[in-house]
Amino acid sequence: MDFTFSEDQLLFQESVRDFLVNEITPDKIRQLWETDSGRSDELWQQLAELGLTGLTVPEDFGGLGMNELDFVLLAQEAGYVALSEPLVNSVLVATPLLSECGNSAIAEQWLPKIASGEARAVVGLAVNKLVEDAHCADLLLLEKDGAIYAVEAANASLRANESVDPGRKLFAVDFDPAAAVCLADGDTAQALLNKALNRGALGVAAQSLGLAQRMIDLSVQYTSERKQFGVAIGSFQAVKHHMANIAYKLEYAKTPVYRAAYDIANDTPRAELSVSHAKLAACEVADLAAKNSIQVHGAMGYTWEVDLHIFMKRAWAFNSSYGTAGFHKNRVAAALLADNAALGAGATF
Amino acid sequence: MKLEYTAEHQAFREEVRSWLKANVPAEPLKSFDTEEGFQQHREWEAKLYEGRWGMITWPEEMGGRGADLMQWLIFEEEYYAASAPLRVNQNGIFLLGPTLMEYGTEEQKKRFLNGMATGKDIWCQGWSEPNAGSDMAAIRSRADLSEDGSHYIINGQKTWSTRAVWADWCFGMFRTDPESERHRGLTFILVPLDSEGITVRPIPQLDGLPGFAEIFFDNVKVPVDCRLGGEGEGWSVAMATAGFERGLMLRSPARFQETAKRLVELYKANQETADEDPSIREAVLRAYMDAEAYCLTTYQTACRLMQGGKIGAEASTNKIFWSELDQQMHATALKILEIRGELLPESPDAGDVGRWLDGWLFAQSGPIYAGTNEIQRNIIAERMLGMPRK
Repeated sequence: MDFTFSEDQLLFQESVRDFLVNEITPDKIRQLWETDSGRSDELWQQLAELGLTGLTVPEDFGGLGMNELDFVLLAQEAGYVALSEPLVNSVLVATPLLSECGNSAIAEQWLPKIASGEARAVVGLAVNKLVEDAHCADLLLLEKDGAIYAVEAANASLRANESVDPGRKLFAVDFDPAAAVCLADGDTAQALLNKALNRGALGVAAQSLGLAQRMIDLSVQYTSERKQFGVAIGSFQAVKHHMANIAYKLEYAKTPVYRAAYDIANDTPRAELSVSHAKLAACEVADLAAKNSIQVHGAMGYTWEVDLHIFMKRAWAFNSSYGTAGFHKNRVAAALLADNAALGAGATF
Repeated sequence: MKLEYTAEHQAFREEVRSWLKANVPAEPLKSFDTEEGFQQHREWEAKLYEGRWGMITWPEEMGGRGADLMQWLIFEEEYYAASAPLRVNQNGIFLLGPTLMEYGTEEQKKRFLNGMATGKDIWCQGWSEPNAGSDMAAIRSRADLSEDGSHYIINGQKTWSTRAVWADWCFGMFRTDPESERHRGLTFILVPLDSEGITVRPIPQLDGLPGFAEIFFDNVKVPVDCRLGGEGEGWSVAMATAGFERGLMLRSPARFQETAKRLVELYKANQETADEDPSIREAVLRAYMDAEAYCLTTYQTACRLMQGGKIGAEASTNKIFWSELDQQMHATALKILEIRGELLPESPDAGDVGRWLDGWLFAQSGPIYAGTNEIQRNIIAERMLGMPRK
């Protein structure tokens, strides 16, 4: 039994954190908001050079051949800076789907380009209704009528939507199945789609941990500087307790997320339950972080100028991404209420 | 990361399970807040000690098994799954024991550890005073060194001492330097409760039983060899004890996971009526997930400690989390039980559901004792997050 990350995993997290915090500053995010695509080819190349775009691409195709457990801390760091490039979905959802779909021609064609950063692939699951980052994708893997299609960008027609989070780009996508490659259908497709959903939900959960931490950090900094009645407002117990409530809940959302990453990486039977628990716990703490952080920022938190909203809006948007709370609660309920459910002391591992 | 037990751990689990199966009393013991129940629990402790299951993390020469934290977690899981009796000497073995091993002289270890391990000596705590609750540094009870330096003379009052009514010994903090203020000038002293000049006044708890008490000290003479640590060093010795208490040992996840399991079963058995209030289903799911999260985080902490890490301010997150979880689970159960939720266990129509009410009453104390949850939130804000004290 070892519920800790390896030295290598922690070092990787540290170097990625340093890079992201230096590069994806709030100023940089605001600049990207002003561009048409909201995405940066230059940044994508930098991520590729760090090995991140190819993290889960098999080594034979030029990737690092790592798994979900290796990536979960990095996804957390991506959340900390509210990264908008489609990295988390590419690594956790698109790449494994391409690798596992059984169509080696498509895999051989696209995986090396994904690893090198030449191409971006995105996934459109029915559960999400709209497709994130379809506009910057070279390849779209789309669910339609229970089957999965590989659609090249030229064959997809997009209708753009604006999100409350200016960093999120959401599209209704239409395509002609006749002009696309069907990767899987029937039970095979269902199994692949279920895995894609679990991995996507893991990505959202891990990023939500980072978002919550970022909102704590911003709020602690602000309330330590802002003075009223002659003292820093962070010295008031009412303000402290708003922050403490986020912090303690965050401690108990992290481990479910790490366990979910482990369960997916090791394909354990409880993976589905673990993922739903992780998604619910992490989104809930990010939500609470948003609510308490805007409160302690006072009117400043309600402005466009103060950076808090970059992270707050991402947290709100994540609530219904890769399964609503209702969807995940139903999955937990189904597992708990099953006749053969393993519950109680000693049943966790 | 590897979330699987080793073969050794599995074998250890089997060993614990089979011993408990053979030895846990078939009839639940009476509450240890009654005289008869207290005696029953004391005997159970002796039985645990005989089997060397009393305090498995202690070294072998002290009656333990030198078990690591992982074995301790496994033991606790089996212990709660077997519905084994609550630990009447937990103040001794979980709080004072580890403190004695760290600060006690060899002579003190020899003298006290065995008695607490066998259940011969049951210990209670002497921290709080009428005007020193959350503000523990406001302690005023005095221990004055006799002129010949052979003993202390203690005067004052302690309160909220759990199990003091039938306990044998009390450990606590007393002001040895009358000129001192706050954390300085306090000394950690072990006091036999049968000393002349001690009066114990039981305080009935919410359930009406004398689970805790006030202790009055009127010129009580205690030999100096009952001092733990140096004179005036009481605060740091006490902090070590409080650290153990808030930390891993006192509230293992198994306890809450078993409650969550019983809650899920209760919900399943009453689902039709329970679902009339849709918040109940939601609360049942939350109970399971939170108990699970508490287990996961405890395992993570245990693994870190086993690899040489330390428990820091995040220990304060643990106390808030389990105490709120415990309240939430019992509140949900009482809702499911409808009218039966208010019936005392001995009522003819209570059926076998009475322990939910007992648990609910006890759960009210969780956010208060061992440092209120407000104090814990202050600690998290100031020490974990670095927010300004003033």
